[in-house]
This record gives sequence, C-alpha cells and structure tokens, in this order.
Amino acid sequence: MSTDTDMPTAPPGVLIPTTSASTGTARTGPVTGSAAAGPPSPPKPRRLPTPIRPGDFGATDITLLAAAALSSLALVWVVFYQLTLLSGGLGFLVCWYLTFLALTWIGMSQVIERQVATDRVVGVLVVSAALLVVGLVVFIVLWVAFKAVPHIHWGSLFTKDQKSLELADPNILNHVGILHAIIGTLEQVLVAALLGVPVAIATAVFLNEVGGRGVKLVRTVVTAMSGTPSVVAGIFIYSMLILTHVLTYSGFAASLALIVILLPSVTRVVEEVLRVVPGGLREAALALGAPQWRTVWSVVLPTARSGVVTAVLLGVARIVGETAPLLFTAFGSQIINVNEFAHPQGALPLAIWVESREANSIAISLAFQAAFVLMSIVLILFVAARIFGRTKGKKSKSAQRQSEDDFMARIFMPIPMEKVGDEQ
Amino acid sequence: MTVEGDTAARHTIGRGESPLGGAGQIDAEGVCAWFGGRLVLELVTLPMDRSKVTALIGPSGCGKSTFLRILNRMHEVVPGAQLAGSVRLDGTDIYGSGQRAVDTRRHIGMVFQKPNPFPAMSIADNVLSGLRFSRVSPANRGDLVEEMLTKAGLWNEVKDRLGELGGALSGGQQQRLCIARSLAVRPRVLLMDEPCSALDPTSTLRIEQTIKEIADEVTVVIVTHNMQQAQRVSDTCAFFLAAENQPGRVIEWGPTDTIFTEPSDQRTADYVNGQFG
Amino acid sequence: MSDTIDLPRVVSDEAVPQPLVLPEDVSAEDQVFRWGVRLAGYGVLVLLFLIGLFLFLQGLPAFRRIGFRFFTSSGFDTLGRHPVYGVAASLVGTIEVASVAIVVGAPVAIATALFLSEYAPAWSRRSLIALVDLAAAIPSIIYGLWAVFELQDNVVGFSTWLSRHLAFVPFFKVTSPPLNASLFIAGLVVGLMIVPIVASICREVFSLAPAGEREAALALGASRWQMIRSVVLPFGRGGMIGAVMLGLGRALEETIAVAIILGGAFTISPHILQHGGSTISQLIAVNFGSGGQLGLQDLLFCGFVLFVLTLVINLAASAIVNRSRSGAGVDL
Repeated sequence: MSTDTDMPTAPPGVLIPTTSASTGTARTGPVTGSAAAGPPSPPKPRRLPTPIRPGDFGATDITLLAAAALSSLALVWVVFYQLTLLSGGLGFLVCWYLTFLALTWIGMSQVIERQVATDRVVGVLVVSAALLVVGLVVFIVLWVAFKAVPHIHWGSLFTKDQKSLELADPNILNHVGILHAIIGTLEQVLVAALLGVPVAIATAVFLNEVGGRGVKLVRTVVTAMSGTPSVVAGIFIYSMLILTHVLTYSGFAASLALIVILLPSVTRVVEEVLRVVPGGLREAALALGAPQWRTVWSVVLPTARSGVVTAVLLGVARIVGETAPLLFTAFGSQIINVNEFAHPQGALPLAIWVESREANSIAISLAFQAAFVLMSIVLILFVAARIFGRTKGKKSKSAQRQSEDDFMARIFMPIPMEKVGDEQ
Repeated sequence: MTVEGDTAARHTIGRGESPLGGAGQIDAEGVCAWFGGRLVLELVTLPMDRSKVTALIGPSGCGKSTFLRILNRMHEVVPGAQLAGSVRLDGTDIYGSGQRAVDTRRHIGMVFQKPNPFPAMSIADNVLSGLRFSRVSPANRGDLVEEMLTKAGLWNEVKDRLGELGGALSGGQQQRLCIARSLAVRPRVLLMDEPCSALDPTSTLRIEQTIKEIADEVTVVIVTHNMQQAQRVSDTCAFFLAAENQPGRVIEWGPTDTIFTEPSDQRTADYVNGQFG
Repeated sequence: MSDTIDLPRVVSDEAVPQPLVLPEDVSAEDQVFRWGVRLAGYGVLVLLFLIGLFLFLQGLPAFRRIGFRFFTSSGFDTLGRHPVYGVAASLVGTIEVASVAIVVGAPVAIATALFLSEYAPAWSRRSLIALVDLAAAIPSIIYGLWAVFELQDNVVGFSTWLSRHLAFVPFFKVTSPPLNASLFIAGLVVGLMIVPIVASICREVFSLAPAGEREAALALGASRWQMIRSVVLPFGRGGMIGAVMLGLGRALEETIAVAIILGGAFTISPHILQHGGSTISQLIAVNFGSGGQLGLQDLLFCGFVLFVLTLVINLAASAIVNRSRSGAGVDL
C-alpha cells in the first residue's frame, strides 16, 4: 500500500508522515497525502485489509468430531448387534450418541487439550438438547397434521356432528363431523374471555395503578392461582355450582371453569406490561387535570395495548386446549347444542378425549381431525400474539439486528451512533 | 506457533510457563477494528516494549479500549465485531491459525474498569480462579495467594479474612483483588482498561505503585483518561484520536516525557495541555 | 462524623411551622373507579379461598370416614368384608411420574436454556425461543395423543432393554409383559411438557448474569463452558431451583396426557416400566361420571389434596426465585 507509511520502523516520537510536511491540518481525509499547498484534492478511497472474525472452531475440531461420529457408529454397530438384544432404533441412537460423546472427549483431550475437550463436549450436549426439544415440537405439530389431513372429508367435517354415527352406514364419513365440538369450544372460550379478560385487566390495574392495602396479598394469590391444576378448576365449579344445582352440566359452567384458569395468567402478564409504561405519561395526564380513571383508560392502557393484546391472545390459546375442566362441567355431547347455558355441550378437547378411547377407526380418525382443528386454532392464536406483540416502531429485520449489534458495540465504545430504539 | 498435533514440541504460547521468564513484548501492526460493519479503529501500529509501561491516552470514544481488547482477543467476544492486522506476542501472531483465544488470554491478562471479582468465591479462591481455568495446580496455594495479594497491595488488609466473599470488599480493594487474580496466572502482559477511574485517590495511588512494582515481570499497557496518571506511571505514551465520524487512529507515540513536553503533532500538544478531551 | 458547622437558628422552636395535612382529595368518579378495580382484586382473593373451601368441605366427609388410611392404603374394594379405600397407589404413581419427568426433563430444559442464552447464534435466537415457547402452548391432550399413538411404540423397545439389563433396580423390574401404557412413558411425555416452563425461566435467569463477571472469567483464560460453570450457573442457581420446582408442580398436576396413556384402569403398579399405574389427577379424571368405584366425595378430596400440594410448591418456588440473586429481575 503506497499510503501505508505507518511502518513500525519509524522511530518513536516522530509523527507518521504523510507524503508532505503538513501535519497541522486535520486528517479527516484519506491517508493519501497530497501537496501541502493548493486546493485539497478529492479523497481517494482507502484500501484497508479485509476484516476477519477469528473463531476457535477450526478444521481440527470438525475433523475430530467427524472422526468420533464415524468411529462411534462403527463401534456401536458391532457391539449392538452382537452383544445386546435391543430392539428399535431408539436404543441404537442412544448408544451411538453416548459413544460419540465419549470418543469426542477422548480424542480431543489427546490431540488438543482437556479443557477444550470438555468445552466441546458440553457444547455438543447443549446443542443436541435444544435440537431435540425443537425437533420434537415440530414433529408433533406435523404429525398431527399428517395423521388428520388425508382423512378429512372437508364437506362434512365442519358441517356435521356425530348424531348419526352408525358404523354400519357405508357413507358414514360424509355424515359425521365435529361441528358440535367446534361450536362448543367457540362458545365456551368466547364467554370465558368476555367475562374473564375485563376482570383480569381490572385486577392488573388494581395491582399496578391503584395499589393500596392488600396488593402484596393479591399478587401472591394470583401467582399461586396460576399454578392451580386445571382439573381442580373443573371440580371446583362442579362442586360449587353443579352439585348444588345452581347450574346444570353446561357450556357456561365450562366457561366459568376456564375463567379460573384464564384469570391468573392474563392478570400477571398485563400487570407486567403496565409496569413498563413510563410513569411520565401518567404524570402528564394528571397534570392536565385528568382523573385517574381517565388516565388509565386513555393513556396507560392504549400505550400498553400491544402487550395486553398478546396477553389476551396467549391466555385464550391456553384455555382453548384445556380438557380436564370440561369433563366436569360441559360434560361433553355428540350433538350440536347451541345454547351453552342449558345442556351439556361438546368441545374439541372433549371430542378428542372421548373419540380417541373408542375402538373403531372412524372414531379415532375423528379424534385426529379434531386434534388438527384444535392445533390449528392454537397455532393461529400463537402467531397472532407474536405479530401483535411487536412494538409500534417498524424496523426491518436487518435493521433490528444491526441495532442489536450497535447496542452491543455501544457498551464497549461510546462513539456517537444513531439512537437505538427501545428493544421490546 | 503451536504445531498441530505435536504435543512434544508444543511451544509456549500453547500453555505452560513462559521460558522467557517474565515480561513479554507485544507488537501491534496495522490493527483495524469494525463493529457491525462500521470501522472504528484504523491501522494502528504500536510496539509495547518488554518490561515497560505503555499508556494509551486520548479523548473518550477514540478506540483505546477497543484496541486494548484486541490485544487479548476479547474484541471477538462481541457479536458483530471484526478486526484485521496482526498482534505479536514475543514474535508469535496471536491471531494466527491454530492459536486459541483461551491460550492467548492466559498470557495476556486484563483488569477492567469496573472491578469484577467473583462474588460467590472467597478472596483466596478469587486469586486462584485463573489457575483453576488453566488447570494448573500451584505447589503451595497459600504462598501464592500471599504473594499475589502482596504484589497488589492488598495483603495486609485481608490477610485475616481470606475466607470472606470477594464481593464484600470496598471498590478499591476489589480492584486490587482483580489485579492479584490476574497476576496469579503469571501473564507476560497485563492490560488495564482505566483501572482507577471508578476509585478513590488512595486506591488509585496504591494501584499506580503496584504498576510500577510489577513492570519488571509483566509488561503493562494501560488506558487512562488521567494525564497526570499517564505521566506518573508510564514509560511510553500513545495518543489516540478520532475526528468527527472517523475511525480512531494513533496520532503519535513515544517516550512519555517527549509526548508531554515536546510533542510533534499540534493535536497532541492541544490534548496534553487540556485544550480538549 | 465530620465536623459540623453550627449555624445560628433562624427561627425559635415554637415558631417552626407544621407541615400541612392535605385532605384525601379523590373525586367521586375516581372513587368509583378505585373501588371497582379493588373489587376485582379482592374478588380474585375470594375466588382462591372459595376453591379451597369448597373442595375441602365437599371432600371432608370422605376423609372423616376413612381417616389417614386414605393415603396409606391402596385399592377400592367396598364390597368385601373389610372395605378398603385408599389412594396410596395413586400417590405413589404421581410421584413416580413426576420423578421420571424431572429426571428427564430438567437437565434437557437447563441445557436448552443454556443453548438459547449462551450458544445460539444471534440470528436464530428469536425463532428458537419462539419454538420452545410453542411447546408450552400445545394442549396436553395432543401430547397425550402423540404419546399413545407414536412415542409408545418407539419407547417400548427401550423399556424392554431397561427391564432386562437394569433389573436389579427395583423400579425397572417387570413382572407382567405388556410394556405400553406405563408410568414410565407417561413420565417421559410429562418431562417433555415441562421443558418449556423450566427452560424459559432458566433462560431469562442466565441472560441476567453480569457481563463484568463473564468478561473477567474469559480474560483469565476460561473456555466458554468454564465461564458458564463459574459465573452463569452459580448466579442462576436460585432461578434454576425455582424453575425446576415449578416444573415439578406442573408434572404433579398433569391430568389428561397421563390419563390417555394410562387408560382408565386403577391398578397398582410399583413397576414403572410395565402397563398400569395411576396418578391422583388421572384418578379423578377417569373415575368421574363413569360410576366408578370411587365415590364423588373421595374424588373431591383428592382434588383438594392436589390443590394444596401444587399451591405449596408454587409458593415455595416463587419465594426461592425472588430471594435469590438471579431472581430479582425475573417475573415468576
């Protein structure tokens, strides 16, 4: 590089010269020097070395890992089939995995050193645990779809119920569906949400905005309640309302049981979201003369809207799949019942529960189809929650990543950078 | 340079005691640094001599700390960070292929701006923690702890309570503990990133004294905002500067006296005379 | 204490003005508002109290009839000469399922949390966290379906191997062959179900480990694992314990997935690898409404026991996490 006169051979104390003697002018331009006098020439592009990102995971590591994998495979293959009588791929995989870990550790501690070997083996363990979990989740979701979708009769699934389920019927698949279950779930969840969400938000407002006596107690209770088993919620409603003949088996009773489950989780999340709203906003509203209820209604809640929406969506996603409380309250039914206040009502989880324990394949197929519908509802709610949970600031993905990098860099080096927006 | 797979001929930048028996020579050549694509340090070339104290001075935000962190391969810990150039410790490029960061950091230690002893460990265990990482068992733990704490100027204050938790000390004591901890692994170079900026004057003076005392065994590179401190402790000074929206560079470096009394560059003169920064 | 400078008093003691006492100035509309939300909050309190009360009252006659033998005896034979009535088997089954779940699920969850907070590349972190959270959203009945129709067949072989080669361990002995519908399989699935709970708390806790200490460890030459072991894990100890306890609570109460796997039978099974066995929540679920031997009151009392158990565990977990160094920033 002609411009690179910054050679270490320059004696200390002497300014690294450009090409001329002009040292006093600000060196904002490139290192390429120009004549001292006269108009400054346009800056020529600097030629810098290419940046690298050093890492410790090199060719040696990869080779050793591959070698360990192959040799453990061979070893287990031999031992497995000769010595042990294991059936099934699962046992083989487990043995192979353990041998792989052992060989990796031995190999690396010989070739490199023990400290690195332990580090790598832990790395493999951690990565495989995460992959296992993620893999299983994805597998389960896809598995339900694969078991259900090929057998769905789209005409009847959403339009028929099981009233006319006669196994002898040759055209049976067009005569049965799960409409009763779908209606049941929708009604029960809707009523539960309509009644439960306002109470949950009110409780969160009480905890965070109004406060006063009993806050700590109520908060502890909410935390405790969120661990209440769903089956307990079901038999609670049963023992308090149905046994005492205040209510019959009905979808409404189910809604009440679902409220018991919905309340604590939504309350806690909304409380957390409200806490993040800056106090300055409340003060501004109060200073303008707004009463407290107005402040909460028009300032605090709208600011926290995306968080509240997320909380509600996730709460609903949770209760949609609950089965146990429904056993004691809605009781289940195979016919359509639109009035949730009167008679037993079906629901998707209940349909799955009952049909999956039947012996005939039609019932089991229906169970899977109901599971597919239920799974889809949960997925839609989950995705919706993540979409609505984003902050209002619209950043593209790379900008988000960039600002994360910038943020990290800002920790180490406070040069002026454009302001990084608030992370959600 | 570590020879792959050849354990017998392993050179010392791999692990183990330094055969040179003490302070190392560290030379940076053409060092550049990027954060997330943005160039923040440009072509820094600087020798830091054996058994000497080199001070890096300059206004904040000029890349002094970034440069320091490149010297012991801490820069790459930040996601999105990149670098270029070479850093040689006693002739071996620490960024060469086959060199592991973990090994480098055993030979080039660092003391941070905010004291960070391990709060869950006792004082004695803190001092020995670096040795635990490199799986070195000292012949006599007690002697080593005493030696290091004495060098750091902390021994008299804590000798009766070595079992107490490291987090229970005052700020100045914590920083001296961190120095003792770094010295325990017998590094060849000790990097110090504004070690006294958060401390009271008494602790500051004590640490400066420590720096002067250890310079024989350990080369010291210290980043400081305090020009008087630079004058007091360092043999060589390097002046960093970054103009507006520009990456940082070394404007001038040389013997401390020269930099402060007859700097060659006007900007250096302005800075050391307090005109800015 | 430094020297103080004596300044002459400006006013004599008697003339110092008293602070104003401002009256509580809350407008009527705000009174209504405040009492409205207070009602909601106290209502939640009352609800919890009611749950405990009703279950207790309804179940009490059962307990009074049988006494503590309810918990220690096993089997339901009301027709014999000496009527036997007890849920001991279900209690044992509950503990066995929860144990398998924790032994399998907790390490996997902690490792997953470490991966997400320490190892995952930045671009993938968000999606992976979302996928792990999705695992918590999947309804338990779907986990149950999957376990019965898919997992079971694959695990039976492994159970066979365990029963042959580890038979010296009393748990693993098998006395009657079919190895499906076992407590072991139920434990495996429940273990998977508690992973997202434990992992998300641990992940949050790990990410709070102070950067300064991490850097100190790295600068001393620690490898990533050594840094995790000396900084992140000690820091997160309280959070991890709390997380595992919450996972335990979840494992104890899991009803439907266990019920689908074990079926409706109420059999006593000390051998977790073979079919049969029962847990408290499964007992309640399958015996309800089917005119089973178990009386309604007994079921309600079981519900009360379950309720108290999970309550105690959750409160303890919450206290442990909040008191620990790592938990101060985490919301449980």
